Amino acid sequence: MTENLLPRRPSIHRLLQGRTDKLLIVAGLGSAIWDAESAGENPLNYYLLGAMGSVVPTALGLALAQPERRVLALTGDAELMMGLYALPTVAVRRPANLSIVCIDNGRFGETGKQVAHTAEGVDLAGIARASGFPIVREVYNDDGIDALRTALYRAEGPQFAVLKVSADMPPVVMPIRDGSIGKSRFREALLGERGLKE
Amino acid sequence: MAETAAAEPNWREEIYRALKELEIKQVHFVPDAGHAHVIDRCLEDREIEAGMLANEFESVGVCCGAWLGGQRAAMLMQSSGIGNIAHAMGLATSGRFPFFAIVTMRGEWGEFNPWQLHGGQSAEKILEAAGVAVMRANYAHEVADMVLAGARLAFNSYCPVAVLIGQRVIGAKVFK
Repeated sequence: MTENLLPRRPSIHRLLQGRTDKLLIVAGLGSAIWDAESAGENPLNYYLLGAMGSVVPTALGLALAQPERRVLALTGDAELMMGLYALPTVAVRRPANLSIVCIDNGRFGETGKQVAHTAEGVDLAGIARASGFPIVREVYNDDGIDALRTALYRAEGPQFAVLKVSADMPPVVMPIRDGSIGKSRFREALLGERGLKE
Repeated sequence: MAETAAAEPNWREEIYRALKELEIKQVHFVPDAGHAHVIDRCLEDREIEAGMLANEFESVGVCCGAWLGGQRAAMLMQSSGIGNIAHAMGLATSGRFPFFAIVTMRGEWGEFNPWQLHGGQSAEKILEAAGVAVMRANYAHEVADMVLAGARLAFNSYCPVAVLIGQRVIGAKVFK
């Protein structure tokens, strides 16, 4: 890829600018979490620090349960690749409120930046298109990010977007790591007391 | 070979009724012939969001995501897919999420296809190693209670539970 690549973290911050409680975020596995957390702590973010490949399925279950909210699956290219069949599944189940944003740096970032599939030519947007996503975007610049941000809240999805970013590794911004605490905070913020007592 | 059919409870319909009683709002599946009736009933039920997955792996995320959003979900699958869910189960165990699967067994009771042995014979060990509580119905009259109790364990105690429906209940597939 010789296109102008986006700077990773500023692009995610731009995407999440002016975020409202209408938007629920599921993020993983590593770098996507640090990006989301650095944009501001929010109990309506759920982070997967393991179970690689499960970000999109988790966002799908959430989107189906909360049709009045908007759901963002924020993931990396290698995380997505491990659970790739989630793309055709989402395309078939068609949750209109779900956006998948893949931060594609073409690397296994957390393990030493080894070259990953997308750097060897695998076209995730093409896979999403072929799976039947009604909206597919490849984002290379700020205008694209701004359009995607609007679409996060409005698009008749599901939509799939690839952010082509450079392979730099911004500083780790560690969230609460306990998945159980994250779950309880999320459910309390979304469902109120019932979320804790059910 | 229909000598026992008339006396058996309609365990397939009882599973569907149990899902309704449990107020399960999402049903996901990778189809198995043993689940065909429940799948059809759920697909035609407007109160249940039912649909297919491509791989059992996805079921852990989807069901945990449903719980994040305040809904109960169930997964219907065959024993051959158990190996696919072991890795993803870390989401349910690390997050203390409820996860509830009903698994129709192959590779045990008069199985014809030797390739089913692998999944069937390893299913319980894999589930237990992955932190999933395993319950089993060996007879048709046990199915409904096992489904109700297994789901309550999952949703009330926030843990992954699999209810296995023995191949003896389903009947071995006969190829002619």
